[in-house]
Amino acid sequence: MANNITDDTIEYVSTLAKLDLNGEERERAMLDMSRMLDYIDKLNELDTTGVEPVSHVFPLQNVFREDEVTNGDGSGDTLKNAPEEKENMFVAPRTVE
Amino acid sequence: MEKTELLGLSAVALGSAIKSGRTTAVEAMEAVLEQIERQDKEYNCYVTVDREGALKRAGEIQKRIESGELTGPLAGVPVAIKDNLCTEGLRTTCSSRILDNFVPAFSAEAVLNLEKAGAVVIGKTNMDEFAMGSTTETSFYGPTKNPRNPEHVPGGSSGGSAAAVAARECFFALGSDTGGSIRQPASYCGVVGMKPTYGTVSRYGLIAYGSSLDQIGPLTGNVEDCATVLELIASYDKKDSTSIQRTDTDFTKALVEDVKGMRIGIPKDYFTEGLNPEVSAAVLKAAEVLEKKGAVTEEFDLSLVEYAIPTYYTIAAAEASSNLERFDGVKYGFRTGGEEGLHRMYRKTRSQGFGPEVKRRIMLGTFVLSAGYYDAYYLKALRVKAMIKEAFDRAFAKYDCILGPVAPTTAPRLDASLSDPLKMYLGDIYTISVNLAGLPGISVPCGTDSRGLPIGLQLIGDCYQEKKLIQIAYTYEQCGGSYHETI
Repeated sequence: MANNITDDTIEYVSTLAKLDLNGEERERAMLDMSRMLDYIDKLNELDTTGVEPVSHVFPLQNVFREDEVTNGDGSGDTLKNAPEEKENMFVAPRTVE
Repeated sequence: MEKTELLGLSAVALGSAIKSGRTTAVEAMEAVLEQIERQDKEYNCYVTVDREGALKRAGEIQKRIESGELTGPLAGVPVAIKDNLCTEGLRTTCSSRILDNFVPAFSAEAVLNLEKAGAVVIGKTNMDEFAMGSTTETSFYGPTKNPRNPEHVPGGSSGGSAAAVAARECFFALGSDTGGSIRQPASYCGVVGMKPTYGTVSRYGLIAYGSSLDQIGPLTGNVEDCATVLELIASYDKKDSTSIQRTDTDFTKALVEDVKGMRIGIPKDYFTEGLNPEVSAAVLKAAEVLEKKGAVTEEFDLSLVEYAIPTYYTIAAAEASSNLERFDGVKYGFRTGGEEGLHRMYRKTRSQGFGPEVKRRIMLGTFVLSAGYYDAYYLKALRVKAMIKEAFDRAFAKYDCILGPVAPTTAPRLDASLSDPLKMYLGDIYTISVNLAGLPGISVPCGTDSRGLPIGLQLIGDCYQEKKLIQIAYTYEQCGGSYHETI
């Protein structure tokens, strides 16, 4: 395989992606990613010199609007979905000691 | 009205039967609920059926129809909603463990548009987890089975919606299409499915997968229903910054049986060795039917076809990895127990909450966006995307529409696809470039293979040319016959 994804790369990417992969998943991820990247390398057959990257196919422009609240205070309903809440706030595990 | 007759009606026919008093919104809802009760243990089209809510809403809508307040074509008609479209007060899971208990505080704009027109939501349909998959087998809630043959998959990711239409467990459904997720299951299940031009239907309330590619659209029993639903859900919406202001959304005006002089291009590079011969024959026969009706068909080279899949999977994975960062166990959904520290909790929650295909795409997307690889992979893909769009521009300078297959094969058997992801991705070859270029595409049944599995015909139009597609599809349906039969 042209793209040999190492253990270090998987560790780095899974940290960025905030995923924990167990032993079997890691092996599988290395193989899958190598295969996909080999396949994606097909794009290098094309000469794209001078071609501008296009993120949206239509010429989109920024849409500006006044920052006005139009949908009322939905905090109560929003917090109903929180795994944990307290005094109208989301509760998360401690971040600093 | 007798139940079998009622369930055999199209959405538009049911709407007019309710209006004329031959049946009621409640009777129609009872009939689909009974159908779901009887069959859905086997097919698994639905993740959530809102039985009580649906009957209650049907009763309220019936009163508003009788009072003359609701007069639209789909007033009182039961609809199924793909489970990645938010529905206020009704659980919305994306078929993922991580959203197993999520109850949205608002509804998607497309759902609201349908409800304003009097359509009644039955429940939420099964899908590939976060719309990532082509078979509906990556769902946390188990696979949906194809009602045409339950040993086969319904396609995906909107497999539950397509199967529910085919199994008459709804009168029409909404799906979403990022790389073929409406058109391909429509093809596998023998129903009509349409992906509109990007920006036509508001994505507000659609849980994002690949934001630059996602578009909501109808799955229906025939082309008339498709045009009618699309007309209702298309709207300009300030809440979606990519929403487009259009004045030509009177799609039902295009339900005209006439293709005289229409120029139809058939890409030679779609009919290569990867295409199943039975699918190829059925699609080319459909082209002949249109030719007999006066259309002018011509073969041409679209070019760049084999580059669409690597381009798509780079872009879609990149966008997915970014969009799915929000699922972290803090604001909604599943959170793992017993973890000390915020980052440990994030990682464990996401690892337990997401399934293998979602993790695979998040990993790939994170990689192609990471420092040192961004230019080589992500930007490269965005450049090829520009070239693919140009190839379509050249084609539409000559043709009113492009005609080809939806998928290289008919529906695979259950359990035959997930072991080799790359092979599964290759099945998206004819649908994916349409999303990359933002174009409209429709899938219409055009026959069955020797095993009786449906084959889909795909018509692709230039941006904003849905009406041409609807007119051609409608004309074909009128002479080719649709696959509209009760199972």
